[in-house]
Amino acid sequence: MTRDEIRNAVVQALTSVAPEIDPQTLHADRAFRQEFDLDSMDVLNFVIALHGRLGVDVPESDYVKLATLNGAIDYLSGRLKS
Amino acid sequence: MIEFRMPTLGADMEAGTLVEWLKKPGDAVTRGDIVAVVDTDKGAIEIEVFDSGVIDRQLIEPGQKTPVGTVLAMIRAPGEPAGALPEPAGAAPEPAPTRARISPAAKKAAEQLHVNLDSVEGHGPGGSITVADVERAASGGGTVPGTPDRAIGMRAAVGAAMARSKREIPHVYLSTTIDVSPTLTWLKAENARRPVTERLLPAVLFIKAVGRACAEVPDVNGFWTEHGFAPGPGVHVGCAIALRGGGLIAPALHDVNTKSLDIVGREFADLVMRARAGALRSSELSDATITVTNLGELGVESAYAVIYPPQVAIVGVGRIVERPWVVDGRVEPRSVVTVSVSADHRAVDGRGAGSFLTAIERALQAPNTL
Repeated sequence: MTRDEIRNAVVQALTSVAPEIDPQTLHADRAFRQEFDLDSMDVLNFVIALHGRLGVDVPESDYVKLATLNGAIDYLSGRLKS
Repeated sequence: MIEFRMPTLGADMEAGTLVEWLKKPGDAVTRGDIVAVVDTDKGAIEIEVFDSGVIDRQLIEPGQKTPVGTVLAMIRAPGEPAGALPEPAGAAPEPAPTRARISPAAKKAAEQLHVNLDSVEGHGPGGSITVADVERAASGGGTVPGTPDRAIGMRAAVGAAMARSKREIPHVYLSTTIDVSPTLTWLKAENARRPVTERLLPAVLFIKAVGRACAEVPDVNGFWTEHGFAPGPGVHVGCAIALRGGGLIAPALHDVNTKSLDIVGREFADLVMRARAGALRSSELSDATITVTNLGELGVESAYAVIYPPQVAIVGVGRIVERPWVVDGRVEPRSVVTVSVSADHRAVDGRGAGSFLTAIERALQAPNTL
């Protein structure tokens, strides 16, 4: 899976949780949680949505690696390769 | 003939606008069926029927703003003959909509505002197009639900209900700080072995612990009525949920004390999702017997909340923080959380509210028994 495909999956997962997020203005290195005021339920739903789209089950201890768009793409690329 | 009235939608909602009927005259209904959709400042609410029977007449047209308590329809009890009363003028059955996902009121608004419905994105229940969607399209705006008007209406309604609460209810406030380190260790291990779809949030443990404590100290679980305290018919925990675009709503999770932690977790996730999508059911807005508000996510260390009438207690949960704590005579870093209860002094005294807090602490500290 290419980086762009992973990026699309992450953006779709994010906007499924917070429909007000505009993918065009999403900053790749800013933490979503603070920027879009996501709570722990949103984060859990984001992880569930990623699992549905990419088949990657992110353990709770790795949630911190999903903090930004670039961070999430890096982490998920690694998980998908292994 | 049974009068089916607009149900109460909580202390901060006095009226709703009928969006559409989901049943028509002649349809059989069973208690709990969703028969209509009403639009409110807090989103669309699915209205459930309280009795079983056959819908005889509908008295309210889509688009009408309808105060709580208004008769919406007449229902024939099982066995009651049809046409027991003459059909009133103007209450003829609505013609069946040609496109089920557009409410008749939205259609009418679209005609008036010259909006092409094909270009309108629906934000109502199940993606249906509502009046608000049409108005948004007409104004050229593409914003999602939670428009400023709605937020202002909600602010005013919450303000009025809370002012009434503070005016009428003598609040007593108690709090305690609870060591939840063993609880969090348990939760972490539990979540590590669960698939992502079954993971539990700390909020679910708090809700379940409150439900357990309500069963132990029933004096805090129920309503203040003109005849004094009325115990709740079950333990239905209202969960304060922040809505996107501002405002909040506190729908009930039913029978929390008798359900497993897993079921409470699943139902809580579903409730949050539907609250934010604007697809709650009327019973969820009227049934809560106590409320929990969890402000820890905002970084708040302790919260002393205002009781949501006619309930008699509300629990405030703060942020889980690391603090030096004395355990067995030694100072250790521990994860602690401050939990408060605001109680109606007419219904319960400090002793009862204190027992309730202690019961929450006991329940939280034995998560494997929740």
